[in-house]
Amino acid sequence: MEVVHSIRPIAAILVSVSIIPILISCGKDRPNFREAWTFVAGVLKFLIIVSMVPGVMHGVLYTFNIVHLGPGLDIGFKVDGLGLTFALVASFLWIVTSLYSIGYMRGLDEHSQTRFYSFFASSLCSTIGVAFAANLITLYLFYELLSLSTYPLVVHHQDPEAKISGRKYLIYILTTSIGLVLPAMIICYHLGHTLDFRPGGILMGTGGKTILTILFFMFLFGFAKSAIMPLHSWLPAAMVAPTPVSALLHAVAVVKVGVFSIIRIFTGIYGISLLKSLHLGTAAAYISAFTILVGSLIAMSQDELKRRLAFSTISQLSYIILGISLLTPKGMIGGIIHIVMHAFGKITLFFGAGAIFVATGQKYISKMKGLGKKMPITFLAFFIGSLSVIGLPPTGGFYSKWYLVLGCIDAHKISLLIILLISSFLNALYFLPIVFKGFFSKEDDDVDVSKYKEAPLCCIIPMIITATISVLLFFYQGIFYKLISIGLKL
Amino acid sequence: MELLIKEIIGKYNYWLYIILMMIGLYAIIAKNNLIKKLVGMNIFQTAIILFYISIGYKKGGTLPIIEIPHGHHTISPESIDISKYINPLPHVLMLTAIVVSVATFGVALAIALKIYKEYNTLEEDEIRMRLRGK
Amino acid sequence: MIDNHVFPILIVITPLVCAFFVMGLYWVDKRLCLPLTILAISISFISSIITLYSVLTSGTIQYKLGGWPPPIGIEYRIDLLNGVILVIISFISLFNLFTSFNQVSHDFPEKKGTFYSLYLLFTTGLLGVVITGDLFNLYVLLEITSLSAYAQIALGDKKRAPFASLNYIFIGVIGASFYLLGVGYIYMMTGSLNMGDVAHLIHNLHHSQAIFVAFIFCIVGVWIKMALFPLHIWLPNAYTYAPTASGRIIAPLMTKVMVYVMIRLMYSVFGIDYLFNTLHISQSIIYLSSAAVLFGGIMALSQDNLKKMFTYIIISEIGYMVGGAWLGNKTGLTGAILHIINDVFMTFALFLSAGNFAWRIKDLSIHNLEDIFQKMPWTSTGFVVVALSIIGIPPTCGFFSKWYLILGAIEAKQYLFIIALILSSLLNIILFFRVFEKSLFSSKPHVMESKETRSYNLIEEAPANMTIGLLVIGAILILIGLYSGKIVSNLILPFIPKGL
Repeated sequence: MEVVHSIRPIAAILVSVSIIPILISCGKDRPNFREAWTFVAGVLKFLIIVSMVPGVMHGVLYTFNIVHLGPGLDIGFKVDGLGLTFALVASFLWIVTSLYSIGYMRGLDEHSQTRFYSFFASSLCSTIGVAFAANLITLYLFYELLSLSTYPLVVHHQDPEAKISGRKYLIYILTTSIGLVLPAMIICYHLGHTLDFRPGGILMGTGGKTILTILFFMFLFGFAKSAIMPLHSWLPAAMVAPTPVSALLHAVAVVKVGVFSIIRIFTGIYGISLLKSLHLGTAAAYISAFTILVGSLIAMSQDELKRRLAFSTISQLSYIILGISLLTPKGMIGGIIHIVMHAFGKITLFFGAGAIFVATGQKYISKMKGLGKKMPITFLAFFIGSLSVIGLPPTGGFYSKWYLVLGCIDAHKISLLIILLISSFLNALYFLPIVFKGFFSKEDDDVDVSKYKEAPLCCIIPMIITATISVLLFFYQGIFYKLISIGLKL
Repeated sequence: MELLIKEIIGKYNYWLYIILMMIGLYAIIAKNNLIKKLVGMNIFQTAIILFYISIGYKKGGTLPIIEIPHGHHTISPESIDISKYINPLPHVLMLTAIVVSVATFGVALAIALKIYKEYNTLEEDEIRMRLRGK
Repeated sequence: MIDNHVFPILIVITPLVCAFFVMGLYWVDKRLCLPLTILAISISFISSIITLYSVLTSGTIQYKLGGWPPPIGIEYRIDLLNGVILVIISFISLFNLFTSFNQVSHDFPEKKGTFYSLYLLFTTGLLGVVITGDLFNLYVLLEITSLSAYAQIALGDKKRAPFASLNYIFIGVIGASFYLLGVGYIYMMTGSLNMGDVAHLIHNLHHSQAIFVAFIFCIVGVWIKMALFPLHIWLPNAYTYAPTASGRIIAPLMTKVMVYVMIRLMYSVFGIDYLFNTLHISQSIIYLSSAAVLFGGIMALSQDNLKKMFTYIIISEIGYMVGGAWLGNKTGLTGAILHIINDVFMTFALFLSAGNFAWRIKDLSIHNLEDIFQKMPWTSTGFVVVALSIIGIPPTCGFFSKWYLILGAIEAKQYLFIIALILSSLLNIILFFRVFEKSLFSSKPHVMESKETRSYNLIEEAPANMTIGLLVIGAILILIGLYSGKIVSNLILPFIPKGL
């Protein structure tokens, strides 16, 4: 493996914060200019990240060290296959979401848009920071920055409901990260004398079985952004945020940062063989299986569309954790590639929910009957998104579920396989009726559908893009497969 | 009993300073009038000064002023009987400590005066009541 | 290196002498007070940097006052620990002059001379306490510091400050007297007042009852002065009602310097062997400091006044440092020393932001802070950075000292202390986000963006020097955090005594 020192990782991270002063100086007086800059930053960020793809494909490891903190402690970045996969998805979807935000925020004439775009940009900076972190302390740094920069977005509406959700968000996310991850990280440093992510892990042969097991669960539950049960209920609460936030941050960036951190703990801190010898993979797999099943069941009972999507996200995030917990090559690839597939699928669904809200002001599923006739594009995109999340061809979601199933078989965990299948069935049960009722059901008498039309173009185009990509991923997922394989050293 | 007497009589200087210190501490804590508290504070400091003075003292000792016998210009160190002289250092230190305590007392009195001008009383509970009522 | 030898004394003597001149100069021309004060402290600052530099290059510096050799004369002894703290004290003192000169003119239009004179005396005292190598000299300088602090505090809020100050005097005098008594016992047993000499002589007296009494009196006296729970009662009111300009320097420096004195007494006078092998009290002191950490946090939570909340945060942070110093290992002591450095800046920034808010809002109750983000965006930004540092979010400096403290506690297997540290972080989150929620997001029905008035009409910032001052300190908080590795390896680790 060739190690190259390059400023590209740090450039990719900083490009989005560097525009914040410009955003603030543009302010509300020149909204076009402000949004254009967001867009420029998004594209730049994506291009910088894409520029690293060929290198990483050929086994190059881009690194950048900021500062040395002590023996075995650095703040630095490293671009490997896993981080790059995540960064690619997050940065690409930022561009799309920026476009969508313009339509959504203007369509609803929201207040404090400058604050919204600024914190959005800094959230993305932190997300990429987590993706490229070379060690646990850097990851933790950006993880915390992400929590803090998302908080103002959650409380965006400033009404009591938003404030209570904001509190809930902070309590769940910061309490777990400071209360569990921070001590776990320090114990980890105490045991291993370093926090770098290394292919075989750093904890092999350092501590007793008990301490390593406790540490593992501190990490697993400490990264509460992954919304693993019972630490999930911040996610539905955070849905009070404007839809672009829910779409990008609470379906892709924030929650997957949680999952990604857990992946790093699995692969970089513990290492597969240590996890196998301690049987921790199995434990994590069953915990996530529980979340998958219960999340899906709760989702069925939700009438508010965004909350239903949130519970679906909770359940889908645990697919990823389940996948890596299997500790078999196919399972791990399936889990990690699910980050990509679910991202595109779920963001399409959120865009759809937001588009419906912008066009009709409707949040509840029971009142969406017959809307499909007036908003065919939205509902079609929603349909494709649903298929991807359920895992049906011809969408990318099929591919990741396929690998997860293979992984389960490889690991001889038939019970998990059954849970996966049941959950997919439940997914279908709670998504498809929305679409079918939208298209085929007769509208309620008290809802006058005729005055509705499609949402603004800025909302529609991103939806079409992500839906299309969801379909394309079914055919062309080789690049991600390769990146993940390189990242996992398979 | 004999032991007790020996403890008390033999170390009377310590007992005195402890008693004085406790009187001072009692006044600081228990008195209601701010001036009485200040006086208690002063007693407290004085106790410590006495303690220092007493540790420098030697029975039968005198001031360490060495007289050179007439006709000599110097005096050899061996010929000085150290046990005859008290240790001057603690006493000198206490000069400074007295200055400190006087200064503290002065500042405290000035502040007490300020309080009196504001509240027209120096009783602590009244001032507290006034503060709470505000 | 002979010409270097003048600098240690310059550090202390310049502000002392100028304190008198400032007072006199006031009658000649009021406007000259500030420049002279700045000049005096600048000389101190430059001298301390030069001194620190020569400590770094050529090791510990000894300066003999009046030319008397150490055990007899008073000695100034500068090693890395106090070298660094000297630089920090003089820096903060100097910096505060720039951030608060207009505050001073506003608060004391007719008492400038007195104020600056007290300010200089306070700085002198602190620098002296830190630089000296003599136990009794430390007492005298400590009282100079305290007296000027009492007087400064009494200048504050008309109704409450004098009373708070008087209570501070009562307790402060008890603390100082305890320390003096302890020194008396040390002198009785060893016949020396020089720290290095005492440390040497005390070796054979480890089992003496008198040394134990001396130790207890010294340490308790210092604890009273640093407001370690449960000896803290004087602190909240005194610091809350102090005038803004003085509160900004007293609050960060006084307690931290006392922590320094404790560390100095522990490691340079009584010695590791005595502390951890002869005495068996470290365990209970760690329990005590854990209690302090939690108590401070909980009490802070119950405060409505922003400044008072900050004072309880100080009490909590004192627990961090005392606990770290008593963990009895290298990492813990490193954490404690690093936290002294960090906490000086954090507390300074807290009181800077409180002062800036107070410039616009007279009553600092939390419910008055509504919409303060709109009105004072820069001050609020600085405030957020400090808050994050106190919570312990990387890359601010608060995270790194907490890191070392927790690591030290893990090495020492003091799990209660770890739990206290983490709970305190969580309490701080609630504490600060309670303020943010109020100040960042108003609950007023908002005007839609398109119709909103232009935002810069709403901005009512504090004067530029205060705002910029806060932002600079905020930046320093992050820089110290990022360079904590260098600070630890170059400035702190070489000090840590061998055998720890």
